[in-house]
Amino acid sequence: MADQAVSQAWVGQGTRLQWLLLALAIAALLVAPAFVYPIFLMKMLCFALFACAFNLLLGYAGLLSFGHAAMFGGAAYFTAHAAKVWGWPPEAAILLGVAGAAAMGLVMGFFAIRRRGIYFAMITLALAQLFYFFCLQAPFTGGEDGIQGVPRGQLFGLFDLNQPLTIYYFVLVVFLAGLFAIWRIVNSPFGMILRSIRENENRAISLGYSVARYKLAAFVMSAALSGLAGAVKAIVFQFATLTDVDWQMSGEVILMTLLGGIGTMIGPVAGAALVVALENSLATSGFPVTIATGLIFMACVLLFRRGIVGEIQAWLDRRGARSED
Amino acid sequence: MTMIFGIPVQALLGQLLVGLINGSFYAMLSLGLAIIFGLLRIINFAHGAQYMLGAFIGYLLLTWGGIGYWPALIIAPLAVGLFSAIIERLALSRLYKVDPLYGLLFTFGLALVLEGVFRYFFGVSGQPYAPPPLLAGGTNLGFMFLPVYRGWIVLASLVVCLGTWFAIEKTRLGAYLRAATENPSLVQAFGVNVPLLLTLTYGAGAALAALAGIMAAPVYQVSPLMGSNLIIVVFAVVVVGGMGSVLGAIVTGYVLGLVEGLTKVFYPEASSIVIFVIMALVLLVRPAGLFGKDA
Repeated sequence: MADQAVSQAWVGQGTRLQWLLLALAIAALLVAPAFVYPIFLMKMLCFALFACAFNLLLGYAGLLSFGHAAMFGGAAYFTAHAAKVWGWPPEAAILLGVAGAAAMGLVMGFFAIRRRGIYFAMITLALAQLFYFFCLQAPFTGGEDGIQGVPRGQLFGLFDLNQPLTIYYFVLVVFLAGLFAIWRIVNSPFGMILRSIRENENRAISLGYSVARYKLAAFVMSAALSGLAGAVKAIVFQFATLTDVDWQMSGEVILMTLLGGIGTMIGPVAGAALVVALENSLATSGFPVTIATGLIFMACVLLFRRGIVGEIQAWLDRRGARSED
Repeated sequence: MTMIFGIPVQALLGQLLVGLINGSFYAMLSLGLAIIFGLLRIINFAHGAQYMLGAFIGYLLLTWGGIGYWPALIIAPLAVGLFSAIIERLALSRLYKVDPLYGLLFTFGLALVLEGVFRYFFGVSGQPYAPPPLLAGGTNLGFMFLPVYRGWIVLASLVVCLGTWFAIEKTRLGAYLRAATENPSLVQAFGVNVPLLLTLTYGAGAALAALAGIMAAPVYQVSPLMGSNLIIVVFAVVVVGGMGSVLGAIVTGYVLGLVEGLTKVFYPEASSIVIFVIMALVLLVRPAGLFGKDA
């Protein structure tokens, strides 16, 4: 999004304070299962990775995909099928999910990058809906029931993922590795070219970059990482259902990113944590979740388009600029 | 019984009629989307919710107030149009200066809220809405049985679509609209109240969706989710047709409805995805859409 003159301090060379905060955050995640229900934490981590992967596309390449649920839920189906029906070990099943999501990203991206802006969003939405109807009818997805009772299995034959703490630390490692990958992509020369495309596509073309290829590559990377999140989620929750490929899931990941801060490194993590926590608390209250998410959407767009982390960063920047005078 | 390609003619005509009816709604909805997009540069994701709102207002007028179909045909679009105009004034008008994607996201949130509210009070199951007595029953055309109400939909939607096209292409207000689409600041300099024009356009587009909704109520059941699945198909229709031309949006809507109906006869499994597949094919051949101007 061109008007998002997002401060890039978060992703550049970290200051000592930022490294300290990062170390604190990781330490908190390491001890968190002692205080919070691990399943809830794992749900947060899966969605946080999903939102970060989505943000790679929206925040850095400026492409709003309204169809990321297809990759997220598609990978969940592939992984669940491989683990349950073929009896694959979890690491292989997850890899299959990631590969499947990347392939889907390649196809979806191939069609979608032919148009820009709003059309791009509508095309990805329509293609994801196509995949949704495919999942509804295809025999291997189990239709309305989904794939239930997926075995967690033994990771590399060594770690028993049925142990709550073992699987928690496995999910944490996957999450951190995924985040690290995104951080590396964003700060590579490739990431810089993506940003230049976001800021001014025509100028990037005139500089000789084959913009379509960069967009497609970003789409595939984002799809693969979204697939990683979906695949791990299938192993954790032991099921894959239509909910994960529904258009509302695509909306949810947009909300997480928007709420946290588009184009910030940790914004989507914060947004995902907030949305998951909100949904959890609303689930017992009887208040419809869609009303709450819809209201947050409207409030975000009208009041703080930079998201929570983006607004904090902008405030810190303003304060920094003032103290330099 | 007469057969064409091994399909009984009756079944073929029946599905073609269903396709034509779906196409009528695709045409009316994509027309509204195209008008709103043309002037406001916003994709109105709430279009499906406004369609649902129209149907629900008709349903509530009948069950709570005993007010029938014909008055509802006027009241529902007016109410939804007014409501949407207020939304435009309060919220959407603040988003014209930022990336158009924010307009899409705002209307998406609006759609979620509207659907959520109706789901909360009425559940997800559909409510029946009987067609008015004047249009109940059917006639035998000799080669097929035509329910009168379905014939009415096709006729009425054609009149609405062509009327809208006429209003945009041939009237003074339509001329202002087209001029403001080309160059809003110049039109404003000529003394036309462009912000008011924007509000009216959004209200009119939403009213069109509500009209489609109340017309759809007797055919499909009135349910909170009736709009959200439809709107995604309409998006695909809009991508195929391109939003550059009003007539293009109308024609694409009817044609894709018919294609969908034909698919139901020859390969039913693909009928829910055929429009999306056509969209993908059109993107390969003509990325700008069949009637589109901008790439």
